[in-house]
Amino acid sequence: MKHLTRRTVLAAAPAALAFGGPLLAPLPARAKQYGPGVTDHEIKVGNTGPYSGPASSYGTVNKAEAAYYKMINAQGGVNGRKINFVSYDDAYTPPKTVEMTRKLVEEDHVLFVAGSLGTPTNTAIWRYMNEHKVPQLFVGTGATKWDDPKHHPWTIGWQPNYQSEGRIYAAYVLKNKPDAVIGVLYQDDDFGKDYLKGVLDGLGPKHASMVKVKATYETTDATVDSQVVQMKSAGCNVIINTAIEKFAAQAIRKAAQIEWKPLHVLSGIGNSVAGTLKPAGLENSKGIVSDFFVKDPTDPEWHNDAGYKWWVGFMDKWYPEGDKTDGANVYGPSVAATVIQVLKQCGSTLTRENVIRQAASLHHFTVPMLLPGITINTTPTDFAPIKQVQMARFDGERWQLFGPLLNGAVG
Amino acid sequence: MTTPQQETVALGVAAPAARQAMRLQTRHWVLAGAIAVALVLPFVFQGFVVFQLTEVLIYGLAILGLNLMTGFNGQFSVGHGAFFGVGAYVTAIMMQRWNVPYYWTLPPAGIVCFVVGILFGLPALRLRGLYLALVTFAAAVALPQLLKFHGLEGWTGGVQGIVVNQPDVPAFLPIIDADQWLYLFTLAITLLMFWGASNLTGSRTGRAIMAIRDHEIAAAAMGINAPLYKTLTFGVSALYTGVAGALSALAVQFVAPDSFSLFVSINFLVGLILGGMGSLPGCLFGGLFVLYVPNIAESLSRGLAGVAYGVIMLLVIFVMPSGAAGFARYVGGLLARHREVELPAHRATPNAVARPAQRVEHQRAESAEND
Repeated sequence: MKHLTRRTVLAAAPAALAFGGPLLAPLPARAKQYGPGVTDHEIKVGNTGPYSGPASSYGTVNKAEAAYYKMINAQGGVNGRKINFVSYDDAYTPPKTVEMTRKLVEEDHVLFVAGSLGTPTNTAIWRYMNEHKVPQLFVGTGATKWDDPKHHPWTIGWQPNYQSEGRIYAAYVLKNKPDAVIGVLYQDDDFGKDYLKGVLDGLGPKHASMVKVKATYETTDATVDSQVVQMKSAGCNVIINTAIEKFAAQAIRKAAQIEWKPLHVLSGIGNSVAGTLKPAGLENSKGIVSDFFVKDPTDPEWHNDAGYKWWVGFMDKWYPEGDKTDGANVYGPSVAATVIQVLKQCGSTLTRENVIRQAASLHHFTVPMLLPGITINTTPTDFAPIKQVQMARFDGERWQLFGPLLNGAVG
Repeated sequence: MTTPQQETVALGVAAPAARQAMRLQTRHWVLAGAIAVALVLPFVFQGFVVFQLTEVLIYGLAILGLNLMTGFNGQFSVGHGAFFGVGAYVTAIMMQRWNVPYYWTLPPAGIVCFVVGILFGLPALRLRGLYLALVTFAAAVALPQLLKFHGLEGWTGGVQGIVVNQPDVPAFLPIIDADQWLYLFTLAITLLMFWGASNLTGSRTGRAIMAIRDHEIAAAAMGINAPLYKTLTFGVSALYTGVAGALSALAVQFVAPDSFSLFVSINFLVGLILGGMGSLPGCLFGGLFVLYVPNIAESLSRGLAGVAYGVIMLLVIFVMPSGAAGFARYVGGLLARHREVELPAHRATPNAVARPAQRVEHQRAESAEND
């Protein structure tokens, strides 16, 4: 009987979302309906993050999320209910994530889990959350697999995923270099392959042959010099560089050294001025293009921007110990703001079903630190909240945004 | 479980037999009581606590593996997390790639780890103490990267790891849920393996293994084939930890390189030392410590969780300098002395045969504590 119910509900859930989602979006305050962890005064939200261990530098994302909820509570909460943010350390180890998430669901009885960080950690609880029908909102990872409402209707991503970024690079190259001979540099794992798949899908079957060199690296490699030389000698005039900072910088430097001047497309994960371009040499980095979706807090262009000013005020008041040059502290409050929006849309129907339904019906929602014009949109069949990015060109000092917002939605 | 008293009985001591038998009986009652409690626990607690208890058993079993090698044989390993990981991956790969039922994956996981352990044990013959520790340390560092290596990715799933199916509750037990079943399954395996370890350490082989720890040259002079026993101990130790790893894959239902970082090995070492070197029940205390103390530390202070962990560890070492097992022995000794005062009749019978044997046992216990 238990199995039957579970299966039936799982099968029915997407259908219910498809029909009910858009209609129910601005839900009028009807009779109160509460799921676990909700009272008239409180909503319990669960979270795990790496406060210790090798990835603890990312833990600031979760701390910034907590700071945002603290601010919301000081302002009176959501519809009079305070957010009780229960966050545990998982040290970025999947077994600990499972243990702590089960504690959140089974002992603390949270309404849902939101903003938990890491790809392997979220993968570990992926099935558990979907089997127990507990919303796993806005996971802190860029893998493409989170956008899968059909098979995992209780899990939803947040940031632009690597495949959609890859598509955007492909579209950009097709438009600006019709005679492109492309070399793609990518990390030899799922993360790198996500990018490559995006690029190839974006080019389409007709143009896939434009990719002449697919060069991989391992994180343990000393350099990527030979990959860059290989691209030059193969006659490439475009490099799509999706490497992490260290290797992205090496590729830029090596290209300059061998006087190879292709159209250089740098991916979002390696486009930090401090982390990549300075080590590579600012002069060598001139003319490189990349994509952005949040405002770079170190870029003086934003210093008079209302969103940036809000963020600095938020950091000063609620998270003064946080580093204001760290992009992770932009990321955290932006995720938390999206969670608050979902709760606002839920009104007094604070059930798990309604939470995921509202998370899948965000329309033109924006947060202060997203680039102007970028909005968060979801539907019952689209679990990729942020799809837009904007291209920018490096002028030797900083990134200059240009062109329209681009959409690389997968599927 | 097998301890000095039992062996003294095995030596054929006649005179204090009554007292020994009584102690043995008490021991059996304690053991039976512990097992009874262990059987009831999953029906008292919620699913998530049952999951934690399953993990305690698994860590206890893994620490037992390390104990066989370090506590009983005196070979140091800082890399048992690697065997834990190999065991977990063997189970995950067999279940998810080849559709093998979960219970059939445990023996292969153990055997693979046994073979890997033997291969590691061979160089261990030439390396001692800290050098051996370094080699095993290297294994623990290398494993996560090997798992990501793309030549093996077809099997290991690379960084993404492998999602493992939850073991189904057998059809003849419809009233218990999956967590309870997994706990009982793990408990059965754990008991079986503790029983095996108890027999091993209580046997001739076990005495040979411990003799090597106490004085390798003397052991060799007595005719013990030290290289053979050391290598085999390494293999068996890896087997135990590997089976624990296999069970962990079933419990966590996911394996990934990040699950088997160096910290796992360090945790086992912590659990071993705090539980008590050379003690079998101590391993379970080690498992409890490894699982719960980080959580307690975090609940004391988020920002200073590491400090809290360190302080708790210092306190435990201060209160129980020879581990939980040593502490239990000490308390047991106090109680026994108390009882002897009450019942002087037992002391009246002099015992010439047992005394030397007891002295040896006593010295052994001391040297174990000094290790």
